[in-house]
Parts: sequence; C-alpha cells; structure tokens
Amino acid sequence: MNAVGRIKPNARPFYQKYSADGLKEALRKMYLIRRFEEGAEEAYMRGLIHGTMHLSIGQEGSAVGATMGLRTSDYITSTHRGHGHCIGKGADPKLMFAEFFGKEEGYCRGRGGSMHIADVATGNLGANGIVGGGLPIAVGAALAIRKQKRDDVAMCFFGDGASNEGAFHEALNMAAVWKLPVVFVCENNKYGMSVSTERSMAVANVADRAAAYGMPGVIADGNCIADVEEAVADAIARARRGEGPALVECKTYRTRGHSRSDRNRYRTKEEIEEWKARDPIPLFETELMAHGLATGAEVNAIRESAEAEIAAGIEFARLGTDPNPAEVTRDVYSDGAA
Amino acid sequence: MRELTYAQAIQEALAQAMDADPAVFLMGEDIGVYGGAFQVTGDLVHRYGEDRVMDAPISELGQAGVAVGAALAGCRPVLEFQFSDFATLAMEQIVNQAAKLRFMLGGKVNVPLVMRFPAGSGTGAAAQHSQSLEAWLAHVPGLKVVQPSTPADAKGMLLAAIDDPDPVMVFEHKLLYKMRGEVPEEPYRIPIGKAHVARGGRDVTVVATSIMVHKSLEAAQILAAEGIDAEVIDLRTLRPIDTATIIDSVKKTTRLACVYEGVKTLGIGAEISARIAESEAFDYLDAPILRLGGAESPIPYNPELEKAAVPQAPGIVEGLRNLVKGRL
Repeated sequence: MNAVGRIKPNARPFYQKYSADGLKEALRKMYLIRRFEEGAEEAYMRGLIHGTMHLSIGQEGSAVGATMGLRTSDYITSTHRGHGHCIGKGADPKLMFAEFFGKEEGYCRGRGGSMHIADVATGNLGANGIVGGGLPIAVGAALAIRKQKRDDVAMCFFGDGASNEGAFHEALNMAAVWKLPVVFVCENNKYGMSVSTERSMAVANVADRAAAYGMPGVIADGNCIADVEEAVADAIARARRGEGPALVECKTYRTRGHSRSDRNRYRTKEEIEEWKARDPIPLFETELMAHGLATGAEVNAIRESAEAEIAAGIEFARLGTDPNPAEVTRDVYSDGAA
Repeated sequence: MRELTYAQAIQEALAQAMDADPAVFLMGEDIGVYGGAFQVTGDLVHRYGEDRVMDAPISELGQAGVAVGAALAGCRPVLEFQFSDFATLAMEQIVNQAAKLRFMLGGKVNVPLVMRFPAGSGTGAAAQHSQSLEAWLAHVPGLKVVQPSTPADAKGMLLAAIDDPDPVMVFEHKLLYKMRGEVPEEPYRIPIGKAHVARGGRDVTVVATSIMVHKSLEAAQILAAEGIDAEVIDLRTLRPIDTATIIDSVKKTTRLACVYEGVKTLGIGAEISARIAESEAFDYLDAPILRLGGAESPIPYNPELEKAAVPQAPGIVEGLRNLVKGRL
C-alpha cells in the first residue's frame, strides 16, 4: 500500500515518498545488518571464522538511508566497515557469510573475506581494506557512466579518517572538475581507529571540505534514516541531472570497537551509552509507528524474519565448500599466466 | 616497409585502438594540446577530442584509481604517467587495487587497464626523473609488465596490452622515443610473455631489456670481430617471464649474462639467474652467471656520472669477453 494520502501532510518528505512497504523493507535491512554483525561477532567468538572484522553496529541508518534511492545499475564503493553497504545495495547475507567462512560459495569464493566483499551484479564494486582506496575508484566508475551516456550514479562510502588521505582530495577534485555523477557519503563515526576527528582534522566537519572542491557539503544525522535519505536523495538527483558531485556527511557512531583488537581506551563508557540511547533502529521504529506506517506486531515480525534469515545464512555458510589449496593462484590472471 | 619512430609507433597503436573500440580512452598529464611531455600523444586530442584524450589534474594516485574504476565499469583506460618515477605516487592503486581486484573478488571482475611509463636515464633529468622501476611492479602478482625495445614491438605490444583483460604496465625507455624502425601499418599484436631472439649466437646468451638490447647488440657486433658469437635475447616481458626461451639458449651457448638498466641488486637479472640455476640448463653452464645492471646509487646529474651509473656497450663488451674467455 502506498503511504501517500495516509500520512500527515506535514510529515517529512521521506515518509511521503516511500510506500509503507518500502519503509518496512528499509527497517528489515537495518535489522539484517544489525543481526549480520552480531552473528559475525558470535561466529568469531565461537572460533567458526578467523581473521578480523570491522563491525558497523550503530551505523545502520546511514548504510540503508544512503542506498535506498539507488538502482541496481548504480555503483557503490565501500570501506573496511562495509557489511551494511553491501546489504543496503542488495547483497544476499548468506553469500556474505559464506565469504566470511572462506567458502567457495562466498561472494569472492573465499579469497576476499570481510574486507573485500563485492557483488558486481548488484553494482557493489567492493569493500576496501585501504582507507580511501575506493574514493578514486568511484570517480572512475562515474567517468565510465558518463562515457556510456547512462544516468546512473557512483556512490562512494568513506569514513572521517579517509578524508585525511590524499586520495580523498584528489578524488573530490577530479569528480568536481569533470562534473561527474558521484555521491560522496562520509560516515563520520568520530574516530579513525582511536584518534578522534578533533585530534586529526583542522576543520569541524568533513562536509566543510567540500567547499574546497566547489561542491555542496551537507551534514545529516547519521542515526536518523530519514535525515540521511533526504540529504542523499538531493545529491543523487543532482548527479543524475548532470550537475556534478556532492558530499553528504552522516554523523554517526560505531558502538563496537574499531576491530577485534580494540580495547576501547580512547573513549568513555558514557559517550558509548549516549550514542546507544540514539540507536538508529528504535528511532526509526518509533517514527514508523508514530506515523501509523507499522504496528508493534509488524515490527516484531520484521525483526524475527531478519533473525531467521541470518541464522539460516550462518548455517548455509558453515556447510559450504572449502577451496582447494592447489588452486591458490587461481584468478590472479584471466588466462592463468603467472 | 615504411619507418616510424618509437613514439610514432605508440601513437599509431593508441589511434588504432581507439578506432577499433569506443571503450578505449587516454588519460594523463599534458597529453592533450601539449601533446605529452615526450610528444607521444601528439595531435591525438585534435583527432579524437578531449573526452577520449583527457588531460588530468596532477594527481597520479587519483588518476590510477580513476583508471581502475573506469575499467571495472566497462572502459579500457590507457593511462600515461609523465615519468615512470611518478608511479611511486600511485602505488596504492596499482599494487593494492588494480593488481588484486580480480583475485580478491574470486575472479568475478576484470581490470583491463594499461599504464604507460616513460622510464630510464640518459636525459640529464637526474635522480627523480630517470629511474627504472619495472622490477618493482614485476614483483606484484596480478600485474603484467612489458618493456618493448623497438618501434615495431612498441606498437604490437601496446595493442596486445590494450586487448588484455588484466592490468598491463608498459615501460618505455625515453631514449628510444626517437629511434626509427620498420613498423607495419595495419594493427597487429605481439604476444605478452614471449621473448625475442634479437641475434643468434653460439658462445654466450645475453638476456637484455629495453635500451640494453641495443647496447648488447652493439657489444655483440664488436665481439663478433674477435670471434665471439653472442646470442642476444630481448626479454620484452618481465611478467610473465619467458623462461623456456632462455633455458633453450643457455643449453646451446653454456654461458649467461643479464644486462638491464634497473638497479642490479634484486633486479630482473637476479630472477633470470635464479631461474636458470633452478632449471636443467644449470648443468650446461661452463661459467658463472654475469649480471650487468644499474649502479647501487640514484641516477646522478653530471653526464659522465650518469653514463657510469648504467651499463654501456664498452662495459658489456668487456664483461662478455671475460665471461667467454673464462676470466670471471
């Protein structure tokens, strides 16, 4: 059912634009991300998966809000904290888990792992283990879009830390001088590993840096999916119209540590609790119910369905096929040359 | 057959690649109306327009990343670095992204890009504009690395590189740009990964790269007058290496020398020596293996010092003579 006509005319555009089903699907994706991260953490604790991982618990609002307005043919480039972007863009959690478990069924046939999940079929050009690595790649994808005369966009996720890399500045400048359809989405979670933005940036906001490249720089409440979606929608529309790139900074927070080795020595329990009180999922649920777009029972059913999908995904991954060690050099080259 | 310079042969390959495939485009610094720092792109911008011959900001890392992204999304970018030394600014995208994406994503993507690197010493440009860094990139699985030494190879190997589904790094020696040679007019490909026996001989195998092929041929000419018959192999590709051609030659000549401009230590000569030492050709060797490479120093400015920093024909003559006469 379309929400238009049902919802109060003074509700913010986000609630007018999407149908109730569309909004509930967004909530389901937020739950899928949350449970995916929790499931990955648990699998790691139980020794089912190895390596490291960067969890995005607390950042689901920006991942889903930013990707809601994208088409399959639009591209994203993602980060080391990229599981949410993948799910937002339409990846199948069971194939992501298979990748985590290092199985042939995984998105990268077990060769990439958590930091290199990609799904080219849904326009996801890949997470990236290098901070800032995806920024110029997104600009190149946008250049291809223009050369192919498409009206798609390339959305580039990056963190506050990446905005201190040279690649950020080179990428924004090139996107701007060539007026390419790039939407730069910064998820500012306040810390580049342990160093706060106050200690690492000379300006207060990543969005302030957009001015240096002659593009709009907008700040959104990253824990409010509606705020993210509306800010990003403007940037996407502008890019599709051929008016060039824009930067949206989502102020958000990761409630888990940077990675498995983090002992939380650089921030206070009080700060973490303050942000947990602004958890993007309950915030969205409250608004959905206040607007009469979902009932408490529906919200519970969405959460339970996400939980079931994640549990099935972990089981699928656990039973997957281990790669053959004799094939270690497979896919280094297209023709098998070494 | 008509003759072209090495630079003209590259330009012809670029034009023919753009004629054949609308996905091919060129990017780099000052490659538009300026024509490129070494006039390789010349007037291509007037023939193909600014969308296909794109002047980029001085952002080597950014350009390399743009090439990766465009390649992932269906284009075939050919990126010109103004000097090969500037690869140092772009190593993140070359080594972590271009080289690894296909592997990391389980073989589900290709990164069909070409990067062209004007390399080498001899122009008085000193330590930051004269390096031979090809061995750096040849150390990275996922990249292919070629070093054409003649105008005909420059054209044929560049067309093969542009066709290739994987990232290919093309090292062009700056002193070769004005070299003339016969170049067929129609498009043709010279396969990547195949060495070329530039001169047949019985007494010693010389594996040389890039401009050192010509210096080795010059040395072989001088030695021929002394009755020493050197076989000169133009390696042409650093990765993948054509080991079989070298093994066959060494089994015939029983002696091996490697001549290359890059710094001698941990250079391509070490790899070739090791491959021979590991192969059945080892038992055929009648002398120790000789490496003649660049000095263990940056490239100096003073012209005499600059010459002394890389192998020259007289030094190659002496080295090969000693090798053949058992004086090593």
